[in-house]
Amino acid sequence: MDGTLIIFWAFAGLAVLSGLACITRRSPVASALWLVVTLFALAALFVLLDAQFIAVLQVLVYAGAIMVLFLFVIMLLNLGRAGPTDLKGPLGLGVGVFLAGLLLMQLLVLRQAGLAPGGPVRPPLGQGMIPSVARPLFTVYLVPFEITSILLLAAIVGAVVLAKRKL
Amino acid sequence: MLLEPALTVSGVLFALGVLGVLLRRNAIVIFMCVELMLNAANLAFVAFAQQLGVAGQIFVFFVMAVAAAEAAVGLAIILAVYRHRRTVDLQNINLLKG
Repeated sequence: MDGTLIIFWAFAGLAVLSGLACITRRSPVASALWLVVTLFALAALFVLLDAQFIAVLQVLVYAGAIMVLFLFVIMLLNLGRAGPTDLKGPLGLGVGVFLAGLLLMQLLVLRQAGLAPGGPVRPPLGQGMIPSVARPLFTVYLVPFEITSILLLAAIVGAVVLAKRKL
Repeated sequence: MLLEPALTVSGVLFALGVLGVLLRRNAIVIFMCVELMLNAANLAFVAFAQQLGVAGQIFVFFVMAVAAAEAAVGLAIILAVYRHRRTVDLQNINLLKG
């Protein structure tokens, strides 16, 4: 087993374990902080998969912005303490574990569908990772990119209107 | 070749997110589990992007933009629900229950 694979599995294990902690901790703040650990581990996996730009975005947008939003709402609603009845009862637990396990089996089978053989696509020489993402983003995918700005504007307006004290 | 390990991790994380959505009652925690599922899908996108070209990474970019918008609007909805019902426990929000 080479070094990359060892590092990959280390971060993968960290991601899965902290994801497990995220869904089992009773306090929403603890859940949010474990989710941040998962997001950081995923950023490390993105770097190992040659997606450095996405890894930086992951830390900036997810861990930096979205999770702070979550923590702010938890603080605003004063939900820091764990409620007594958060996890479902034994029946709900059984059904949930069964359905999630079924989905996991299906996903693991799907994984074997495989690709046509061929090595990883490397960016052409003299071109780093950022230009190879940025160039298609501003040429082929320019229209979706611009529409994203409309989506974000709509989200801002929607959030402001929904969170107003008098609806 | 990290494709298959990455898809394994992606599948496990997605199943964990589904498990969280099914097991928890706190609306905010359920929302966090949805984010976990989005991230699992992103991991699969990036793993395929390594093999099939950079378009997968651009998809991840768009998924992140949609996730940010979704988080802002979703949390605003949770705030509005909390103002009405004084709770975010989904067991007590049963207006649509027959």
